[in-house]
Amino acid sequence: MSKRIDVDHLNVFYSDFLAVEDVSMTIEAKSVTALIGPSGCGKSTFLRTLNRMHEVIPGARVEGSVVVDGQNLYASEVDPVEVRRQVGMVFQRPNPFPTMSIAENVLAGVKLNNSRISKSDAEELVEGSLRGANLWNEVKDRLDRPGSSLSGGQQQRLCIARAIAVKPQVVLMDEPCSALDPISTLAIEDLIAELKNDYTIVIVTHNMQQAARVSDRTAFFNIAGTGQPGRLIEMDDTATMFSSPSEKATEDYISGRFG
Amino acid sequence: MAVSSPTTDLAPARAARHRGRLPDRVFHGLSAGAGWLILVVLAAVAIFLFLRAWPALSASAEDLDAISWMNGASIATYVGPLIFGTLLSAILALVIAVPLSLGIALFISHYAPRKLAQGLGYVIDLLAAIPSVVYGLWGALWLAPVLDPVFGWLSGTLGFIPLFEGYTAPARNVMAASVVLAVMILPIISAVAREVFLQTPRLHEEAALALGATRWEVVRMAVLPFGRSGLISASMLGLGRALGETMAVLMILSPGYAVSFFLLQPGQHQSIAANIAAKFPESSGLSVSVLIATGLALFVITLLVNLAARAIIARRAEFSGAN
Repeated sequence: MSKRIDVDHLNVFYSDFLAVEDVSMTIEAKSVTALIGPSGCGKSTFLRTLNRMHEVIPGARVEGSVVVDGQNLYASEVDPVEVRRQVGMVFQRPNPFPTMSIAENVLAGVKLNNSRISKSDAEELVEGSLRGANLWNEVKDRLDRPGSSLSGGQQQRLCIARAIAVKPQVVLMDEPCSALDPISTLAIEDLIAELKNDYTIVIVTHNMQQAARVSDRTAFFNIAGTGQPGRLIEMDDTATMFSSPSEKATEDYISGRFG
Repeated sequence: MAVSSPTTDLAPARAARHRGRLPDRVFHGLSAGAGWLILVVLAAVAIFLFLRAWPALSASAEDLDAISWMNGASIATYVGPLIFGTLLSAILALVIAVPLSLGIALFISHYAPRKLAQGLGYVIDLLAAIPSVVYGLWGALWLAPVLDPVFGWLSGTLGFIPLFEGYTAPARNVMAASVVLAVMILPIISAVAREVFLQTPRLHEEAALALGATRWEVVRMAVLPFGRSGLISASMLGLGRALGETMAVLMILSPGYAVSFFLLQPGQHQSIAANIAAKFPESSGLSVSVLIATGLALFVITLLVNLAARAIIARRAEFSGAN
């Protein structure tokens, strides 16, 4: 189910503006990879190229390749809609569909893939996904309530349940805890640790302690100045990155000297 | 917020601040005044309608018989077919206009390239600026002949359905009037719907996209549920306009006072507003009261339509995304 991702010489553009320059990296299967770096360094932009969400912005485009399971996501015959069904995404702010109930939210992606699903299968999938997102016990008695009736942290876990309900190969998380309180953040971090048994996870975070806690590998992005493209400075095992990084900029960043 | 300070200290200070800010008080007065004004106007119209309609409502059958165009009907049997004609023409117009407006609004908000969308938006708004008497002229002189073969075909092939039975040229029937009404209410419905659709939170659209939704699925999952109550409001605005539209109906529809569903036959229906406009110049005394009584009926219908719209919107408010 989980797949490794090979990114090769990737350039990301907004119209003519080069936002991220020449990124090559390998993201291991069944592991958590954290992307860290100062604001505007292109880590979120880069993340959104991994499921082709980047290109929904008018004028945005990409050069280079992202290979998942031997298939280049940017090959001409690949349908971005198919890519997004294989690569799930969780956003900065929880975004359950407000007009759908909790159960309907979980099934939203499945209904897209396969509109005919038997009632018992659906119930099973709802329970399995909500259990997978550590939310089942809190919501099992009110599955028909609107998703927006939950707290922020619960909503974010509902979004994770929605993402994993379609059994993706990869789950991308764009600062999933930045809108949450510390308790909810802890719940999400615990969940990430469990999810990596089944999924390849890439997480963007502003919180370096979080990167140190949840990730196996860490990639540091930086930007030379305003208007300059973001670059991948260094990528290594998280333990190495936080103890003895090989680049001066990485050390400055993680020791809090800037950013 | 100074939670730690004792409230006894804060209360007088806050009160003084409220009294002290002149612009605040002026604005409060203005907005409250405007709010009350709308209620006063509404009440004034309702009272006027009721008082002036009362002589007709309480008149004896003999007095009403003296009004030639009532043909011996009582108030109820006179207003009934008019209410029916009004509702029929307005609802037909809505049935034609809402799907079209939905398509137009979605095209402008989510499908068209930005340049085209802007241009199209202007054109739609222009449609709203055309006076209704011009729509009437257009409908009577241009559209009726164009619709003639269409209605002829409809009656010929689907004539076994009573709705489309027995078309007689020229096309001055309730269907033609409703088509013109639909064109008239199209701009308001599509303009409001477009604004609502454009306000769909980016977050919800991205949620759908990230699940692997196609553009249509994004519209279905995120845009339409979000815009649903807005679309209902827009439709009700349009319905309100169609209910009260006078000139276009007057100029196109060949009037009749039947309660029938023969959409393609002339001389079957008439709307309240058009009827008032047609009869008013030659009326005086009690007959004016009768017309005002029909106006009261229109007022009540419109009020009920709006209440119903509110109720529909409120029913699923919890799921609306407003919370």
